[in-house]
Amino acid sequence: MSLLPWSIYVSFAGALLALAAGRRSAAAARWVALATAATAWGLVLAAACRFTPAAGLQTVADAGWIPLMGIRYHLAADGISLTLLVLTGLAATAGILFSWNLEERAGEFFAFYLTLIGGVYGVFLSADAFLFFVFYEIAIVPKYFLIAIWGSTRREYGAMKLVLYSFAGSALVLAGLLWAYAAGGAHSFAIGDLAAAAAHFTAGEQRGMFALVFLGFAVLAGLFPFHTWAPTGHAAAPTAASMLLAGVVMKLGAYGCLRIALPLFPTGFAFWQPAIGGLAVAGIVYAGFIALVQDDFKFVIGYSSVSHMGFVILGLAAGNVLAAGGAVLQMFSHGVIAGLLFAVAGRMVYDRTHTRRLEDLRLLHLGRLLPFAAVVFVIAGLASMGMPGFSGFPSELTILIGAWRTSRAWAVVAAFGVLVAAAFTVRVITVCFFGSAGEPAPAAGTHPLPPITLAEKTGAALLIGATLLIGLKPGLLLDWILPSLHSPLFTAVLKGGAP
Amino acid sequence: MNALPCLSLIVFTPWAGALLLALLPRISGGASRVLALVFSFSTLALALAALGSFDRTAAGFQFVERHAWIASLNVHYHLGLDGMSLLLVLLTGIVAPAGLLGSWRQTRNPRLFGLLFLLLQGSALGVFLALDFFHWFLFWELSLVPAFFLIKLWGGADAARAAVQFILYALAGSAGLLLGFAAIYAATGSLDFEGLARLAAAGTLHAKLAALGGFWPKAVFAGVFLGLAVKVPLFPFHTWLPSAYAEAPTGAAMFFTSILSKMGVYGFLRILWPLFPGPLHAASVPLLWLALGGVVFGAFAAMRQSDLKRMVAYSSVNHVSYCLLALFAVTSASAGSGATRGDFSAALSGALLQMFNHGISAAALFFCVGVLEARSGGRRGLGDFGGVRTSAPVFAGLCGIALFSSLGLPGLNGFVGEFLVFRGVFGLAPWAAAVGCLGLLATAMFLLTFWQRVFHGPRAGAAAGSFADATGGELAVLVPLAALMLLLGILPQILTAFYNPLITTWAGLLPPP
Repeated sequence: MSLLPWSIYVSFAGALLALAAGRRSAAAARWVALATAATAWGLVLAAACRFTPAAGLQTVADAGWIPLMGIRYHLAADGISLTLLVLTGLAATAGILFSWNLEERAGEFFAFYLTLIGGVYGVFLSADAFLFFVFYEIAIVPKYFLIAIWGSTRREYGAMKLVLYSFAGSALVLAGLLWAYAAGGAHSFAIGDLAAAAAHFTAGEQRGMFALVFLGFAVLAGLFPFHTWAPTGHAAAPTAASMLLAGVVMKLGAYGCLRIALPLFPTGFAFWQPAIGGLAVAGIVYAGFIALVQDDFKFVIGYSSVSHMGFVILGLAAGNVLAAGGAVLQMFSHGVIAGLLFAVAGRMVYDRTHTRRLEDLRLLHLGRLLPFAAVVFVIAGLASMGMPGFSGFPSELTILIGAWRTSRAWAVVAAFGVLVAAAFTVRVITVCFFGSAGEPAPAAGTHPLPPITLAEKTGAALLIGATLLIGLKPGLLLDWILPSLHSPLFTAVLKGGAP
Repeated sequence: MNALPCLSLIVFTPWAGALLLALLPRISGGASRVLALVFSFSTLALALAALGSFDRTAAGFQFVERHAWIASLNVHYHLGLDGMSLLLVLLTGIVAPAGLLGSWRQTRNPRLFGLLFLLLQGSALGVFLALDFFHWFLFWELSLVPAFFLIKLWGGADAARAAVQFILYALAGSAGLLLGFAAIYAATGSLDFEGLARLAAAGTLHAKLAALGGFWPKAVFAGVFLGLAVKVPLFPFHTWLPSAYAEAPTGAAMFFTSILSKMGVYGFLRILWPLFPGPLHAASVPLLWLALGGVVFGAFAAMRQSDLKRMVAYSSVNHVSYCLLALFAVTSASAGSGATRGDFSAALSGALLQMFNHGISAAALFFCVGVLEARSGGRRGLGDFGGVRTSAPVFAGLCGIALFSSLGLPGLNGFVGEFLVFRGVFGLAPWAAAVGCLGLLATAMFLLTFWQRVFHGPRAGAAAGSFADATGGELAVLVPLAALMLLLGILPQILTAFYNPLITTWAGLLPPP
């Protein structure tokens, strides 16, 4: 387990190395970045092999940091964080493979990219709320530069909107945490200590603190109606950043809700639970319908991310072990699938055709020009629709079952959302890749497009392999996740054991 | 044979073929066709091999494979074969190669066509053999993907719309199924069909769902019902069917009508009836009307079609509805109604036979329409042909056998199934049998119209000039199918022997007369 902290250090060191290598050539920076991401991922996987699932966090590093406030540099992991660490490594590695064609200021690009990754690893490993917050901020800043410098359509606007929303969210979180720290008279920011102190709050205080902290995190998770930054930002971002933002960074918000907001304020959660569940299912359906009428390939995927993250929030709102387990599984699943969808839309299609308008793509008959991209997108689309055999199915099924136990109306609306997701996915697949029957297909060769590269094929194979593996053997992750949810920290908020 | 995972082999061999085709991008069109055909024959070969050790006296599942799959969710990899599934596996084994031969001459990307076809075949087999909802639903949903692309990429002029309509209807049904089973799992913690059927028989499942209160128990039933009804399709959930079948390429249309529709009927018999006997009984009168709607409306709609393929498609609505008519009549019986065991057995036995018979006859009819289309450059209107009998007597004879089998002429297979259905329904719900006769009448009218306008009279339309008789490849499909129709018309016990113990068990579960 002590390998895990090195995933953070390796990523930060790699960022510096990539910056230096970028002065020599873009290729050097790429290889440094790939080696760094793969090493960090390898460390996580090696640690995962030795991991024994148990209830509660297992400390991997602990040192004093700011004794005055009882803040410690405390890193720990359980099945939930491990799942997300594996996802981070996978998405980071695949993202670099899908930015293999990046030439402009490659050193800086990969430096920001790896800093973001290091911050994300840090968040998933923090057992101290203050440390969590520090890493969380480290992850937010590089996002701005990645979009503003290397982005496409309306990149300044997208970058600014995304970062303002993120900072607003973290301000709420900080306010809530400081309130809890001050009012509770706790002498540390360790999550367990804060939770113990929170037991003494009045119901009113709990409601207020929970609202601040949960809302702050949920903004980053794309909770309806605070989601509008997500499609704009993800569409403007360069491919690798879209993959990472939708795939991993949105999970930071959901992870914060689960790791901090829920255990600290069980009474507050109980009060707000109906509202959260209602917003979650509203977001699932609303974002699905918006995706159905978008005319921009990346916006369809951006809204589909909001819809899928609605399932994560629904899983948390249901307040039972099964649904929360499904939510964590869905975080993993959506991370992989969103990565794949953005990779096709951004790298395979946009970088070659230089258009994202569905009307233009329809005329290209990409199914014939780029058969590999078509096959990958069909697979990703099926996974995104929740087709059995892919990771989206076990996660959405467990969330539905868990939600049904709490509120049947939520489950019914969410199931309708699955149908809407199917509708917009089928639409975008047919329009983008299989043209319209009426139009004459251009003869092959009239639009010579660069062939799909080996890097893209490798990245796609990694992500497809992951979604299939977890789709067919969800037990691999559930056996880590479910025991962790039986930790004493969650007993007050998550009802019911596993079946 | 028992040592081998026989059922897994049956399910996954077609998928192995699909994988092989996927891995051979440079294979020639001809070689890919042959490869697909060989793999699609595997089902029949393996099923016949398994037949040797199939115990015809047992009612339960045989060749069972059960392994833990997702331990934390109590999900199992669970396959099993009984008389009903055996019947459908055999049907799949016969119709799948016939379907591939039915589209043998289409030239656009035969490798991808064969690949999707084998995927579809494997998915259908999985549906007929899987006994855990999680496992079963995987195949149920995956079957939609190849079906969608077969319509979309090889279909007629309106294929894009038909494909989207097909998949949206099917997914809406699946959402209902998924939600229904989410509720069942939340209540019982199990997704195993056998276990749930035992719970239902003991009344536990009903009690647990009733604890939901309000309209929710009914909603759970409605969700599962809807998912299956769309697939069959049961009137009025059939509106996707005519365009999907008519736009699909010949081979796919054959497979859809024979196998996909049976997946729905199979679901009614395997899932809905054992799990929800109470709600089915309570709703049996409206359900009988829906089945009758399919029987009568399907036949009259077929009569109104001028497009032969759409006519055959509507006739499928009509024929499949007989299976459900029989099931709903069985569930309508209550204690003391005077219905006899013989009525039950006849209705159920008829429903199973009808599944098989319709599969054979409808596939042959779609194949014949495909032949007419190929000869006439894509025309398939009722008025586009005339006098085909004189220029293509062999083809006319074989197509006639399929038409008359579909019509229910005694001596051919269609008669036996429909006779048993009516024999059973007459004892259980005489009024429904009476209304259903209207459908029989209309069926006879449109099938005879088909026969007369296309094959008789002076040569006309596309058949005015030279009209070649059946080729060797066409005979290879039509002769075995026609022979089977004759054989099963005379010796239906070849099939009934497989599932008689099952029928006896089912009939024993029913309320006393």
